[in-house]
Amino acid sequence: MTMMSGAQMLVRSLEDLGVKHLFGYPGGAVLDIFDALLDSKQIERIICRHEQGAAHMADGYARATGKVGCCLVTSGPGATNTVTAIATAYMDSIPMVVITGQVGTPLIGSDAFQEVDTVGITRPIVKHSYLCQSALDIPKFLREAFYLAASGRPGPVVVDVPKDCVNPKKLFEYPPMQEVKMRSYNPTRLGHRGQVRRAAKILAEAKRPVMLIGGGVVLGNAEIKVRALAEKFNLPVTSTLMGLGAFPGTDRHFLGMLGMHGTYEANEAMDKSDLVFAIGVRFDDRITNTVSKFCPTAKIIHIDVDPASISKTVMADLPIVGDADAVLGQFFDAIDELKLERNDAALDAWWQQIDKWRAVNCLKYKTDDELLKPQQVIEAVYAATGGKAIVATDVGQHQMFTALFYPFSEPRKLLTSGGLGTMGYGFPAAIGAKVGCPDACVCLITGDGSFQMNIQELSTCLEFNIPVKIFILDNHTLGMVRQWQRMFYQGRISSTNLNYNPDFVAVAKAYGHEGIFVEKPSELKAAVEKALAMKDKLVVVDVLCDTDEKVLPMQQFGGSMGDMFLAD
Amino acid sequence: MRHIISILLENQNGALSRVVGLFSQRGYNIETISAGPTEDPSISRITIVTESEGVEIEHISKQIHKLINVIKVSILDENPEGAVEREILFVKVQAMSRAVRDELKSLCDIFKAQIVDVTPELYVLQYVNTSAEIMRFLEVIAKQADVIETVRSGVCGIARGEHALHL
Repeated sequence: MTMMSGAQMLVRSLEDLGVKHLFGYPGGAVLDIFDALLDSKQIERIICRHEQGAAHMADGYARATGKVGCCLVTSGPGATNTVTAIATAYMDSIPMVVITGQVGTPLIGSDAFQEVDTVGITRPIVKHSYLCQSALDIPKFLREAFYLAASGRPGPVVVDVPKDCVNPKKLFEYPPMQEVKMRSYNPTRLGHRGQVRRAAKILAEAKRPVMLIGGGVVLGNAEIKVRALAEKFNLPVTSTLMGLGAFPGTDRHFLGMLGMHGTYEANEAMDKSDLVFAIGVRFDDRITNTVSKFCPTAKIIHIDVDPASISKTVMADLPIVGDADAVLGQFFDAIDELKLERNDAALDAWWQQIDKWRAVNCLKYKTDDELLKPQQVIEAVYAATGGKAIVATDVGQHQMFTALFYPFSEPRKLLTSGGLGTMGYGFPAAIGAKVGCPDACVCLITGDGSFQMNIQELSTCLEFNIPVKIFILDNHTLGMVRQWQRMFYQGRISSTNLNYNPDFVAVAKAYGHEGIFVEKPSELKAAVEKALAMKDKLVVVDVLCDTDEKVLPMQQFGGSMGDMFLAD
Repeated sequence: MRHIISILLENQNGALSRVVGLFSQRGYNIETISAGPTEDPSISRITIVTESEGVEIEHISKQIHKLINVIKVSILDENPEGAVEREILFVKVQAMSRAVRDELKSLCDIFKAQIVDVTPELYVLQYVNTSAEIMRFLEVIAKQADVIETVRSGVCGIARGEHALHL
């Protein structure tokens, strides 16, 4: 019989759950837990400089590895600092467990020092949350939390641990690991067989089909079956921002990203299609443009593990609730059983039409000898990394340029805050990814605005030797907001200039890293290669970019999928 | 359209607040809510009356079901055999004169309401019925006596016939 304190049980539970890396920041309410962590041989601690960073690191770790990311912070401000990161993970359905310290149970509700109602504050942005009442709740709740975070539609789970529950003087018998069973939670894995057969027939008969994939394909590890289905039925494939990489970006079936800044061919194909075969998407407003004008001639087949995502914004003609990979497996069974074959004549005509849209070359842009275009930077990073890097982004123009100009060929290579649109996400997410995938080349593509929102983590990278490569598309402005001001606010530039940036190269050096400044297009290639060649160094590459470059195409407000502003 | 939602959920810390929070977070309205434990003390049951248009009730139902603590959700008014619903009303009225007292007593007899507290100046009336009937009763009472205060329990509902909400 092993007797342990609550703190020891917490550490042991994490070990039993396979946690190898714990992101976090110490504080009063978690002193006993950090003390117990000293004795763990399995768990490496990565200590951030701001708790938002720790939680984004856990998120980036989860996205890159597919494992549950975990972080530990103290009560009060420690917990509230993670709120943005929890919301980020929630919107993108990322499996993450956030352990927060709490004041002792006798003090709860007394406005004690560093007390905050963490469960209450985070309630709308978690998949679930727990407040431990006793030490023995800790192993039980942690096991449930990891199970909930990773299963069904994944998401963040908060476990709030009051200080008296981890008292090192009170010892308990550690309960052995058991399979988690919850009578109120049974996510659907397999789709309805009849629905799958009906959907398979519709797919085979479609004349102008489009396969639309989203984050659910990445989270559900369904990329192999998605590819096989696209090949079997010669389907054009488009992806949401969250799905990029789940289908090879360089494959001839791939039309690029769709939506507000989607490609002309992807949006036109959606608009004119007779079938949208959607897997693991949620039809958010950055995808659909005006819902009432969305794909007017298309039937919608919608596969998702979360029934609440189906027919939420776009009514599905044929809904299938289930895990993406499992349901696609059922599709292949149905296709064999029903001996379904593709309609080559119709598809050939459809592809000819698509090729005409492709010929518009909607991603063309003008270069300049003196001033770099942000697109060139993404292309240079793509070329130098062979398209193999894990790329984290922040939010704004650089994010869209990355989505459009870095054709990801594998899932879990693009880490980006799609749902919440969190500036400051990218850098800590890149750190988490590098911790989880130490052999991978991890790049951050960021903007001069976003990077400053979590720039303090440069110190974390030095302490824990995390050599990510940082490319700042430095246009001295909040580029996306500026783009809107220029396009929709008569050019009235309000509060978007960033004329007081630090010297980012000097900042990098002050934190003990390397920095390179790129001013001219002619310097770009060598600088990117030099940065990547310094394998063991964090390198900040500050690239001066055109302030006025716009992300195009762009859908017109109030229009259909196909109503877009294009580059001249 | 008015709907009655019945929810079976784990009787755990914060479970009720998750349900209530969901309604405000997603912009759904709650007209009445009542909650209590079931015959199994580990399970609570909540009845919520809401106004919603078109398919919104389906979204509400799916979102409630998505809460981890929730075991089952049922829209009672969608039961083909219908549902029984009741609410309790307490109303404290001024009852000083003999005439008013007699009138209140006779109204209570007609409505099958009860007088549950009496002072020389006040009556507390108790009435159990549907929300619509309670409103009617209250209107009638208010014409005969000065209403000091009222309190309603919120709707408690159960499906008629075979349909049942249990594990």
